[in-house]
Amino acid sequence: MLTIKRVATVLSNYQDDGYEIQEVGCGRNCLGNCCLPGEWEERMRQGLFRYDVTNCVTKIIPGKYGFIAQLNEGRHLKKRPTEFRVDQVLQPFDDSKFNFTKVGQEEVLFRFEQSNNYKSHYFLATALAVTADGNNSPNVVAINRIDHSSFLLAINFAKEAANPFFRVGYNSLGAFATINHLHFQAYFLEVPFPIEKAPIQRLFTKKRVQDRGVIISKLLDYPVKGFVFEGGNSVQDLSDVVASACICLQNTNIPFNVLISDSGKRIFLLPQCYAEKQALGEVRQELLETQVNPAVWEIGGHIVLKRHEDYDNATEESAWRLLAEVSLSEERFKEVKAYVLEAAGLQEKPNMKENKGNDLNQEKDEANQKEDSLCKQPAAASQADQCIPYDCMVLH
Amino acid sequence: MDSKLGLIQQSVNTRYSQWVRDALDELPDNFTITDPSISGHPIVFASRGFLKMSGYSQEEVIGQNGKIFQGPKTNRRTVMEIREAIREERGIQVNLLNYRKDGTPFWMLFHLSPIFGKEDGRVTHFVAVQVPISRKQRRNGGVSLSEDGSGLNEIVFGSCRKEVCSDSLLELGRVLSLDSGSKVLDIEETCEAGDFEKRRAASAYNNILSVLTHYSELTGRLVCGKRCSVPAAGYISSSLNISLGRIKQSFVLIDPHLPDMPIVYASDAFLKLTGYDRHDVLGCNFGVLDGVDTDPSTLHEIKESIQTEQACTVRILSYRKDKSSFWNCLHLSPVRNASGKITSVQIAYYVGVQIEEDCKNQDRHGLSPEMRQLSAVGAVKVAVRSLSMGASLAGSSKS
Repeated sequence: MLTIKRVATVLSNYQDDGYEIQEVGCGRNCLGNCCLPGEWEERMRQGLFRYDVTNCVTKIIPGKYGFIAQLNEGRHLKKRPTEFRVDQVLQPFDDSKFNFTKVGQEEVLFRFEQSNNYKSHYFLATALAVTADGNNSPNVVAINRIDHSSFLLAINFAKEAANPFFRVGYNSLGAFATINHLHFQAYFLEVPFPIEKAPIQRLFTKKRVQDRGVIISKLLDYPVKGFVFEGGNSVQDLSDVVASACICLQNTNIPFNVLISDSGKRIFLLPQCYAEKQALGEVRQELLETQVNPAVWEIGGHIVLKRHEDYDNATEESAWRLLAEVSLSEERFKEVKAYVLEAAGLQEKPNMKENKGNDLNQEKDEANQKEDSLCKQPAAASQADQCIPYDCMVLH
Repeated sequence: MDSKLGLIQQSVNTRYSQWVRDALDELPDNFTITDPSISGHPIVFASRGFLKMSGYSQEEVIGQNGKIFQGPKTNRRTVMEIREAIREERGIQVNLLNYRKDGTPFWMLFHLSPIFGKEDGRVTHFVAVQVPISRKQRRNGGVSLSEDGSGLNEIVFGSCRKEVCSDSLLELGRVLSLDSGSKVLDIEETCEAGDFEKRRAASAYNNILSVLTHYSELTGRLVCGKRCSVPAAGYISSSLNISLGRIKQSFVLIDPHLPDMPIVYASDAFLKLTGYDRHDVLGCNFGVLDGVDTDPSTLHEIKESIQTEQACTVRILSYRKDKSSFWNCLHLSPVRNASGKITSVQIAYYVGVQIEEDCKNQDRHGLSPEMRQLSAVGAVKVAVRSLSMGASLAGSSKS
C-alpha cells in the first residue's frame, strides 16, 4: 500500500510547469482534491513560483488534434538550465550539480512511501524525497533513470488520482530532463492531450508462456512515433512491461519520454532524438529559434512557446512540424520497436496482412543481431549501479 | 438537505413531469438519460430494456455514472472520445464494449446526444442509446467467440434476424455461448456496428426525443434536440458544471462582468451550509448571505478586493435561509480564463469559498480548513481555465 505523509513545505523554485489541478471525489483520493491544490495555492500566495502559469495565455489550436499552445515569455530565462550532457541517457551522479536533496525540507511538498499498514491514502504532488527507512532526509539519491519499483510508484500515483486528466510524465536525460535525480512530473489539465487522441495500431505479438496481458500498439498519424501500452493482468504487469522497455532504451542510450495518462491505464513511450539532432546541427533554424525543448508535455501536444509571434501564429501544421523533428525516423523506429518488444518479453508476430510480409522477417533478423550487440548492459551502467546505491526517489 | 436521489427525481419531473416515466417505459429500446448539472453526472433514468440488457436493477443504476459499465477490455480511447463529446456538448456514436452485472462483456453501438433547453440553450440532459451488436458484425483479426460451429451459429442467427430485438439478441448470445462451450469472456478485440444497429439507434433516439419534447410541453420547459438559442451571459456550460460538481467544498462562482455581479454557480455543499435551494441563489448578488449584523466594513473590503482584482480572506457574519447566522470564513479569489489579452489574462469569475467556523470538520487527511479552502480555489481555477481554452465553449460571459 502506498501512503504519503504530508510535510509542510514550500514549493520548489524550479517547478517546470504549473499544476493545473482538478478535484476528484474526496474520500479515498486526496490528490486532486485536498492537498495538492491547497498546497499549490498557498505557494502561489507566498510568491514562490518563478512565474504564474495561470497568467499565461493558453489556447487550443483549431484543427484535428487540438494542440495546446501556451505562451510563457521568459520561461527559458527562469527555468533551470540543463546541466547535463545531452548525448547520454545514463550519466553518473554529480553531487556538485543540483539535485532534489539540495532543496531542503521546506521545498518538499509531500512524501510518498510504501506503508505497511492499511490506512487510507494521502496525497501528494511535486518534489519529494523518500527513504525506505522513513526518515525525512534521504541519504542517497537516485540518478535519473527508471527502474521497476520507481515506475510502479509513478503509475500508482496516477491511478490514485483517479482522474483521466491527471497525467504523470518522465523525461530521460537527453530528452530534456534538467536534473539527474529521478523525478516524475505531474500535470493536470482538463483537456485531452493530442497524443491521447491519436489512432493506434496494435502490434500483434505471439503469446508467451508468461503472458502478462499487456497490449502494445504504435501511434499512427501523429508527428512523433511512439508506443502505447495498455491492459495488463494487473497494474504491476503493465508497469513492469513498460519499465523493462524503458530500461532497454536507457541501456541502448536512446533518450525517451514517458506519459502516463488515463489514470495509469494508458502509457505512452516516446523515443526521441531532438537533442542529438540539435548537437549535430540538423535542426532547422526556424525551429531552433522557437527555443522549444520538446519534453514530455510538448510531445504530448501541450507546447510552451516563448515568443509572441510563435504563439499568435501557432497552427496545427506548425505544431506538427515542430514535433516531427523530435521523432525517430521510420527506420530507426523499427529497430527500436524490436528492442522494446523484446525487452517487454514479447515477440512480434508477422502480420500477414501487412504488405511488407517478407521485409518484416528480414528486419527482425537484423534487429535481433543488433540487439545482441547493443541491448546488453554496457559497462558504464553497471558501474553506476555499483557507485550509487539508492533507496530513495524523487517525485517531481 | 436535498438528497441526491431527490435531485435526480426532480431532474426528470421538473422538466418532463412525473408521467414521462410511463411513456419512456413503453419504448422497447435500451437507453439511459443523464443529468450533467448534478454532481457526478449521474443516470437519472434507465429504460427497462437497458436494465434487462445490463442485468442491473433500477436502484443499482439510478444515480450512478455511466462509467460503471466499463471494464478492463473497454477501449480507453473510445472512452476518451465519449468524454470529449460530453465536454463539447455534442453527440457521438461509437462502438463500445460494456460489461453486464455478471461481468460478461458485450459490444454495442453507443449513441449519445445532448438535449437542450429551448429557451436558454443549456444542455439539460444527455440521452444514451445502446444497441447490442450482433455476432455477424465482428471484424476479422479478432478472436471470435466460437470458432467451431460458426457456420451453425450463422444459420441460427440468420433465421432469427427478422425477429431480433434486444431481448432476443441477449438470449441468443447466451444460448450461443452455451452451445460453443467457449468462455464468454473471450471477447472480440474490435467490433463494428452495421447499418442495422445504426438505424436502430437512430429510430430509438427519435422516439425518445419525441417523448421528451412532448412531455416538456406539459411543464412549459421545452426541450429540443439541437441548440436553438444562444445561452445567456453567465451560462455555465454542462462541462463546467460537471467539473465543478466534483469539488466538495462550499463555494460559489460570481460573474463580475454582469450587472450586480450575480452568483452563477453554487456548489451542493454551499446549499447544504446555507439551507438555500439552487434557484434561490442563482442570479442573486452574493450579498444574499448578508443580514442585519453583517459588518458593513467587511462588505466594503470585499468590494474593494474585487475592484482591485485581488484575492481576500475575511471573517463575516452570514445568514442561512432560516435566518440563523454563522461565522463565515470567506476566501474570495479571481479566476482567470486561459485566453484574453496577452498581458493579462482575463478574469472569468470570482470564487467565494465558505467555511463555517467551529464546525466539526472531520478531515481524515489532517488538513486545515484553510487548506481545503485553498484547494477548492485551485480546483475551480483549473476547471475554468481548462474549459476556456476551447474555442467553442461558452464557459464565461465574455462576448
